[in-house]
Amino acid sequence: MLRRLLKDFQGDVLAIPGRLLALIFFMILFFIPFFFQGSAGSYYLRIFIFANMYVIFAVSWDLLSGYTGQLNFGHALFFGVAAYTTALLNIHLDWQPWATIPIGALAGVIAGLVVCLPALRLRGPYLALVTLAFPLILLGIIFAFTDFTGGELGISGLDRISNSRTTDYYISVAVMIVSVMIMWKLTDAGSSLVRTGIVFHAIREDEIAARASGINTIRYKMLAFALAGFFAGIAGAFHAHFMRIAGPSNLELTLSFQVIIWTVFGGITSIYGPVVGVYILFPLMEFLRAAPEVRYLIFAGIVVVMLLFMPEGIAVWVRDKIERECPRCKLSNIAFRKTCRACNTRLYEHAVD
Amino acid sequence: MVEGIIIQGLIKGGTYALLAVGFSLIFGVARMINLSHTCFYMLAAYGIYAFAKLLGMPLVAAVVLSLLATTVIGILTYRLFIDRVREHHVTVMLITLALAMIFQELMILAFGSEPFGAPSFVSGYWKIIGVKVSYQNLMTFGIALAVLLGVWALLSKTRLGIAIRATAQDSEIANLMGINVRRILLITMALAAALAAVAGAVVTPTLTLVPTMWTSPLVMIMAIVVLGGLGSVKGSFIGAFIIGFIEVLVVFLLPGGAFLKGAFALLVMVLILLIRPEGLFGVAFEEERL
Repeated sequence: MLRRLLKDFQGDVLAIPGRLLALIFFMILFFIPFFFQGSAGSYYLRIFIFANMYVIFAVSWDLLSGYTGQLNFGHALFFGVAAYTTALLNIHLDWQPWATIPIGALAGVIAGLVVCLPALRLRGPYLALVTLAFPLILLGIIFAFTDFTGGELGISGLDRISNSRTTDYYISVAVMIVSVMIMWKLTDAGSSLVRTGIVFHAIREDEIAARASGINTIRYKMLAFALAGFFAGIAGAFHAHFMRIAGPSNLELTLSFQVIIWTVFGGITSIYGPVVGVYILFPLMEFLRAAPEVRYLIFAGIVVVMLLFMPEGIAVWVRDKIERECPRCKLSNIAFRKTCRACNTRLYEHAVD
Repeated sequence: MVEGIIIQGLIKGGTYALLAVGFSLIFGVARMINLSHTCFYMLAAYGIYAFAKLLGMPLVAAVVLSLLATTVIGILTYRLFIDRVREHHVTVMLITLALAMIFQELMILAFGSEPFGAPSFVSGYWKIIGVKVSYQNLMTFGIALAVLLGVWALLSKTRLGIAIRATAQDSEIANLMGINVRRILLITMALAAALAAVAGAVVTPTLTLVPTMWTSPLVMIMAIVVLGGLGSVKGSFIGAFIIGFIEVLVVFLLPGGAFLKGAFALLVMVLILLIRPEGLFGVAFEEERL
């Protein structure tokens, strides 16, 4: 048993450079608190905790919009609904974070199902623009009923997740890795365990054909919305407890667009794309606080230049450089191999497109 | 109050129509969502302020110059950025969004982030059945209507208009019929930018200028074009007046209406889409239908 696991590990992780990089990345994440000590280190850890939460958020967008093809422009709705639910439960009922965060995530699921109602009938740009409307409608309601929602200031004074920054960090890393792994497995088209991956791909590529093949696309689309709502909800609830405030900024257009920028920058429909996108762009934004006047200018400039030269996203671009797919058995190989590691087929250069 | 609602609604609807028609045109012809569309509206407004107030030009010259400059910027953004990634739909949205951010930041660098007012074009008012209507408002509505009529004539009567509509229907067949699709796309982009610039120019005197002034009309015109049917110019025209009137009604009649106006307009859009998923005048294309 152990030997088999080891062999799987060798064949499926070490042999594929992309996965090896992911493994190294996760290992580094576990050692980060040792490098950043003291009060300055606490500031850096804070950035990493935010990055971890936004990773969950961005990957959930990728699951819904990248894989299932339901272009969601109001993803902040799930984040904000979960944050506000968590905050209200924590402040008014005095529930602890371990209870409020899962309930916040469930609120995200409900929000996902509500958005689903019009979404099932619409697609493409129509869907994008309708989903865009939902968080803004909620935002209008929040500003109109300030005594319950706190209006502009939001709801502050939530309980901390734990008493030390390092513990917070490890919790966020664990939640992030588990969530990303679950979503990666759920969207894996080649998986023999779950059907969702291949069904999501089918819905994105051709919904009518998927339906003709006997797939209940309505149910799977609802599932995709619920899953995205759940994971975005976890991120939102965690964010609310970590920041100790749930405010209108959790619902704003900026956040909805931010998540799209992260994902497309990293590489849409790839799960690791949004991880890379968040881990590059979010610390970059914090770093640019040194030059506040030109912060957004540099950020937007970098995004434009990257998109012009790598329209598929940076992670996909790197992957294509270091991995090569075997034309016969579709197995990924490291780029410097001349022949496939499984079937010995000659690996040709990628066709130049 | 009823007169107030009607006048404000017509003006709001007129400016929204100018913006939405351009947005709808570029979507219909190139199948792309240009999120930097309302930036041209902002650029034109700032341009007028800069030329008239800071450089001391006569107002008419400032307006014309600002319109031309904005159109040229629109053409340049299309040529340099959007054209290269036209195949990737999400990338187009993202790149236009990033461009919008760049424009906003440049305006902050150039003019600061404090809001300020722009010069009024004409002063005085005119009494229609006992209601004071300022010449400024009258002019805004008049110009909006005249320009929209011009666009309609262009699209339906000229050879260029026919080429634009043909490209919107099927760009491949249009190409086979000898229409230079790339040029048509460029012209449409220029036209859309110019329409947005006109909208910016006519509302400049009634607004305060802030570098973030592009976001709220952007959301509204997206609601309008979806409501009217994406790509349908008639739909966006009628949708603009529907949304404009809803906004004004909510502001006038509800307490806290200033916060709820956007929410109500968007709610109406969602409701209409629940009944008619392709919008009021939208055409459900065969491959785009669910």
